[in-house]
Amino acid sequence: MWKWLHPYANPETSYHLVGKLIPWFAVVSGALLTIGLFWGLLFAPPDYQQGDSFRIFYLHVPAASLSMGIYLGMAIAAFCGLVWQLRLAGAAVAAMAPVGAVFTAIALISGAAWGKPMWGTWWIWDARLTSELILLFLYLGVMALNSAFDDKIAAGKSAGILALVGVINLPIIKYSVEWWNTLHQGATVSKLGKPSMTLDMFYPFVFCFLGFAFLSAVIICIRFQSQILQHNVTRPWVKKLVTVEENKHAV
Amino acid sequence: MNSKPAMSYFTVLTFIIKRELTLAYRHKDDVLNPILFFIIVVTLFPLGIGPATNTLATIAPGVIWVAALLATLLSLDRIFKSDFNDGSLEQMLLSPHPTYIIVLGKVAAHWLITGLPLIFIAPVLAVSLHLDDNAYNAMMLTLLLGTPVLSFIGAIGAALTVRLKNGGVILSLLVLPLFIPVLIFATSTINTAAMNLPYQGQLAIIAALLVGAVTLAPFAISSALKVSTN
Repeated sequence: MWKWLHPYANPETSYHLVGKLIPWFAVVSGALLTIGLFWGLLFAPPDYQQGDSFRIFYLHVPAASLSMGIYLGMAIAAFCGLVWQLRLAGAAVAAMAPVGAVFTAIALISGAAWGKPMWGTWWIWDARLTSELILLFLYLGVMALNSAFDDKIAAGKSAGILALVGVINLPIIKYSVEWWNTLHQGATVSKLGKPSMTLDMFYPFVFCFLGFAFLSAVIICIRFQSQILQHNVTRPWVKKLVTVEENKHAV
Repeated sequence: MNSKPAMSYFTVLTFIIKRELTLAYRHKDDVLNPILFFIIVVTLFPLGIGPATNTLATIAPGVIWVAALLATLLSLDRIFKSDFNDGSLEQMLLSPHPTYIIVLGKVAAHWLITGLPLIFIAPVLAVSLHLDDNAYNAMMLTLLLGTPVLSFIGAIGAALTVRLKNGGVILSLLVLPLFIPVLIFATSTINTAAMNLPYQGQLAIIAALLVGAVTLAPFAISSALKVSTN
């Protein structure tokens, strides 16, 4: 049943598959983000309480959701890597960690910028803010561990174990606003079927969210490619690839 | 062919703990230094913040717990490092006994050597910080339940970094974020107790963390050790 997956354990096949996917993801992401950001920032109705300043929502919420989503993806890759001994999983973990860290940082910074006018403070030790900050630390830990090893395979596995241990933090972030009734507002968009905002505001969010998701996919794919190349520098197919590139530039 | 009957899991566990305790007894500095560190860090706070009784009483739970985290962090290096360097760690992993049991024994011994002394010294330091009288029981209970969690989580980090030459900084980067939940619930338990409110809820969460750590952390530690020793 899973036999069709087997060829992709080969780094070369995966490299070329990802290479084919990148332009498609890039086009989709560009289109969705253009529509979503223009719609959300210029045409969506202002919030009845927060006025126009709620519009940072179109950056803040996708970044925050993706910070958790990418972590989950990274943990799944790490799990597969440990259970089925897939070497590419280490490359995937290494490719995803910095992207996730940047989205976490964007979520924290945009949240601070949103918090200043709305709550009157840049930062508060609220459960969700704190756990998002811990998520940033976890990402940084995975990145640090990954770069501390000379041996790429051991690096991937160690970072994978750490990523899996940190998964405990994800449900804490997700449900922190329900468990602890603090300053951060509850979920508005993820309520299945019935978002607690008007659809005029909700549709641009969907575009923005998917746009950012595809954008992160593009960046992760590019990083994944470079990780594969770094893991396989000595392989003939990589050398061939390099010579082809060199000839192209030489002409 | 096995001529001797196989050792039971319990025998292996006690054997490992005994071995670690003997080793610790012969290297007393390794045991004493984290405890001295704990005392000194706690002493720094009244000097830095000022001797006002109310302020010290407010920060006492946090100071004691942060110092306990740092002292544990400092002692983590010795769980696996020397065994890794002289090769006995590899022999342990190659032995027919489950790695889970071996790791459990090593972490339990680490707690006996570093966690338990902290618990004995903490009340003295709490007196010097004017901790509220109602809070002593809560503090002892949180330390009793919380410090083993620190040993277990810390051992994951120690196992991941055992191969690195200067893994100390990375170890703290990996482990401290994972310590945060214990810190939050422990200090909140002590603060609640100081206000004379029921604190069993937070205590139960720390107990749950402990149960989770005992059951799951050894798996993470053993797979980390297997990666580290190849």
